[in-house]
Amino acid sequence: MSGFNKVVNSYEDALEGLQDGMTVIAGGFGLCGIAENLIAEIKRKGTKELTIVSNNCGVDGFGLGVLLEDRQIKKMVSSYVGENQMFMDQLLDGSLEVELTPQGTLAEKMRAGGAGIPAFFTATGYGTAVGEGKEVKQFHGRNYILEESITGDFAIIKAWKADRYGNAIYRDTAMNFNPMAATAGKITVMEVEEIVEPGELEPCNIHTPGIYVDRLIQGTFEKRIEQRTLRAV
Amino acid sequence: MALTRDQMAQRVAGELQDGFYVNLGIGIPTLVANFINDDINVMLQSENGLLGMGPFPTEDEIDADMINAGKQTVTAVTGASIFSSAESFAMIRGGHVDLTVLGAFEVDTKGNIASYMIPGKLVKGMGGAMDLVAGADNIIVMMTHASKSGASKLLTQCTLPLTGAKCIRKVLTELAYLEIKDGKFHLLERAPGVSVDEIAELTEGELVIPDHVPEMQL
Repeated sequence: MSGFNKVVNSYEDALEGLQDGMTVIAGGFGLCGIAENLIAEIKRKGTKELTIVSNNCGVDGFGLGVLLEDRQIKKMVSSYVGENQMFMDQLLDGSLEVELTPQGTLAEKMRAGGAGIPAFFTATGYGTAVGEGKEVKQFHGRNYILEESITGDFAIIKAWKADRYGNAIYRDTAMNFNPMAATAGKITVMEVEEIVEPGELEPCNIHTPGIYVDRLIQGTFEKRIEQRTLRAV
Repeated sequence: MALTRDQMAQRVAGELQDGFYVNLGIGIPTLVANFINDDINVMLQSENGLLGMGPFPTEDEIDADMINAGKQTVTAVTGASIFSSAESFAMIRGGHVDLTVLGAFEVDTKGNIASYMIPGKLVKGMGGAMDLVAGADNIIVMMTHASKSGASKLLTQCTLPLTGAKCIRKVLTELAYLEIKDGKFHLLERAPGVSVDEIAELTEGELVIPDHVPEMQL
């Protein structure tokens, strides 16, 4: 068996080593492109005190929202939350902490974290609550704040297809945060709709090269739609 | 008469030019897409990673993997591209988007904008709004001129937590189109049938009124 084979046989194996208090970076935007089965496995495992870095926190009963049911999340780092009542309840009773982070800054924190860049300057958030307490520096007459990058103990990723080496492609807007999140985990676990043989995906079309992927598993997905909007025909 | 939401969208659509890449915020700004002149080509950017957003899908076209920044199912137009969130915000933060349209609770004469948080009320987050206002040169804020009780939202100093500092130059309300310049609001146009006095009455921040204020052409 090739040392590059990333395929694991069960969701239990996929999240082996995930412990209480760890930081998990999760791809996805709303319910689009989320690692549904890995989230379900975290719930089954019962890991607690987690810090979750994800643009959103799912909805009641689906996506990351299910981790609120047994109070497994200690802290969320997100740009937009509160689509779920349980989230708001736990926020208000003080058991859940939220670090609101501008969406572009969040994406860049993951990208930088995965690229070995410890921090970066950005104009986003300067002069707002986000910039409070952060170092400010002027470049070309404009003020920027210093934002630290993010890495996680685990990253949980949903892609469309990957070969056994972990070379992966995403489908449509289910890409979103997944490529950056994939680079920022000490252990990156990816679930896909289809595992193919190396060579079946064009090398020039790969979105996430296999070097970032530690464990790969094929799953089946519900792909729940958050806002079903249609046009009249 | 004050503009309707659709008329506000129609007025902003008049600012679009052929070849523009445009980001429309959630809420009233989304309506601008319904009034784009057929003579021009515009690509709509959705910050979850889509350039060339099309209309909502039909029942047959609906696809859970195709959504917009409001998490609504959408389609992509011919010539669209799809990319990661980091790429999407590189476009936004790097100043590559030609026009950004977004809503607000308050703006002030310094060009500050407050749009994401009312203390004591539910805080859901800023999403991409802080990136959009910090990254774009050309921003139009669409908002109501005053609260239902008549309290101005065009202020000397925003009272709510800011989304961005000194970044707004154009504001369209149901009453007026204004520019923020030199620490003042400058009245550019008034809604058809709305008097300059009505606008001045509901503008708390310093307002510069030129001798002639044209009515908006819709």
